[in-house]
Amino acid sequence: MPEFISIFFLELYKNDPKWNFIFFYDSSQADRVIEGFWMTLELAVICVILSVVIGVVGAWMQNQPNKILRLLVQGYIQFFRNTPPLIQLLFFYFALGQFTPTYSPDGWLEIPIISNVGWAIISLSFFAGAFNVEIFRSGIEAVPESTKEAAESLGFSHFQTYRYIVLPLAFRVSLPALNNNLVNLVKTTTQAMAIAVPELLYQMVSIYNDYSTAMNASMLLLFVVYITLVAILVFGIHSWERSVRIPGYGA
Amino acid sequence: MTTNNWTPEQPIVSVKDVHKSFGELEVLKGISFDVMKGEVICIIGPSGSGKSTLIRCINALNDINSGSIKVHGLEVNDPDLNKLELRKNVGMVFQQYNLFPHKTAIENIMMAPMLVLKESKEEVLAKAEALVSKVRLDDKKNSYPGELSGGQQQRVAIARSLAMNPDVMLFDEVTAALDPETVKEVLVTIQDLAAEGMTCILVTHEMGFARELADHIYFTDRGVIVEHGPPATFFEKAEDPRTKEFLSQIL
Ligand SMILES: Nc1ncnc2c1ncn2[C@@H]1O[C@H](COP(=O)(O)OP(=O)(O)OP(=O)(O)O)[C@@H](O)[C@H]1O
Ligand SMILES: [Mg+2]
Repeated sequence: MPEFISIFFLELYKNDPKWNFIFFYDSSQADRVIEGFWMTLELAVICVILSVVIGVVGAWMQNQPNKILRLLVQGYIQFFRNTPPLIQLLFFYFALGQFTPTYSPDGWLEIPIISNVGWAIISLSFFAGAFNVEIFRSGIEAVPESTKEAAESLGFSHFQTYRYIVLPLAFRVSLPALNNNLVNLVKTTTQAMAIAVPELLYQMVSIYNDYSTAMNASMLLLFVVYITLVAILVFGIHSWERSVRIPGYGA
Repeated sequence: MTTNNWTPEQPIVSVKDVHKSFGELEVLKGISFDVMKGEVICIIGPSGSGKSTLIRCINALNDINSGSIKVHGLEVNDPDLNKLELRKNVGMVFQQYNLFPHKTAIENIMMAPMLVLKESKEEVLAKAEALVSKVRLDDKKNSYPGELSGGQQQRVAIARSLAMNPDVMLFDEVTAALDPETVKEVLVTIQDLAAEGMTCILVTHEMGFARELADHIYFTDRGVIVEHGPPATFFEKAEDPRTKEFLSQIL
């Protein structure tokens, strides 16, 4: 932290004790913020990727002739879409967490193989994944039968038709809805706080619990960080949307 | 060719007593005809008479209920049919072009030879360039389908089928969606093909074209071939009242 910033915020605090940006002059608080930020970023990036993978696989499974497979995916979607993500988190961590095997590096401590961070990633990915399945499914349904038939009549296998024709077209149709869902996912990572995942919200709440004068400053920082994160995500998806836009096609 | 025993004295397409129903509705009620290599045949008939269904059965986009269709010695109705082998032999062009909207004209042409025939990129590129010239679209090869007129899209679709080096080409009302000026450019392309000895099966309402180009004309109505013959006899001496009525409406 540059000297002048520390001095500035220390002065600010002395003049107005309601605005204690303690993490800008106290290096151990700064470390907590940075640690929390990285954890939030890790959660967001991994969950975004996993949820998209779940979405693609789920949508593919829904297009399979196997009825049981389709029913399973349908059940999964209904469960995760229609229950609060916070309850899902608690359920995964506390209920399923009891049954996960543990390992013991030193012969004393029993450490579950899936940590609370692991459960948060699993739970949030499946939560957002359920929406992604629906998003991709409607994108896939938007690809006309006649386009698929053209591929088929050229000798494409089912897999090739899916891989080279259906998915690229479905992805383009899905991007706006995907954008919304992923923004939502990034915001929902804050709920991992409930199972003590040391992400940004958890760290900030800890800071202002320790230093009550830091409350306003912490809130402000939280808003700024999340707005920035979401803006970067939206910018990324929008540029992606532009780069795959087909001249003369669609709206 | 792999497992077929076709010889040039035999019909390259042989349709025998084909029946096809969609649920209760019997669309084809015993259709038979033969096409020799290099022949051009036209199928005409009122809307809903089963022309598209018939042509789609020839490359197994629809299955048949009974009878037999042989293409280049391959039994289309055989449950063990290698569809890939069939589709290498048969090219199909649709009324609505059905190009892949996310690929440029030349990419549309190159996809199937690369993915299905596993030809090398250089080889396919050379072939595609030649085909683009053949359908007179050199200046449009890097355009996306959405940037092309209907007639141009249809010529790309023809080139795309030709890139698979088929023995037989199926055309299902390929000019029906075009305005009168552009119909000609597509018909000229088909005419060139026929002149080169390509076997063509066309469903068409272009009577002038059929009269000039066809070796044989089949008139279908309500799932049966009502009348057929070479253009001279067909147009001059039609006997069946349904044929006469149809011709009087359309000529
Ligand atoms: N997939 C399908 N399922 C049910 N009925 C179908 C299907 N495809 C075609 N039909 C019916 O079969 C009949 C013949 O249709 P087909 O498309 O072969 O006629 P067509 O001669 O090509 O007509 P058009 O000149 O209008 O293209 C129609 O009554 C149609 O409704
Ligand atoms: Mg038709």
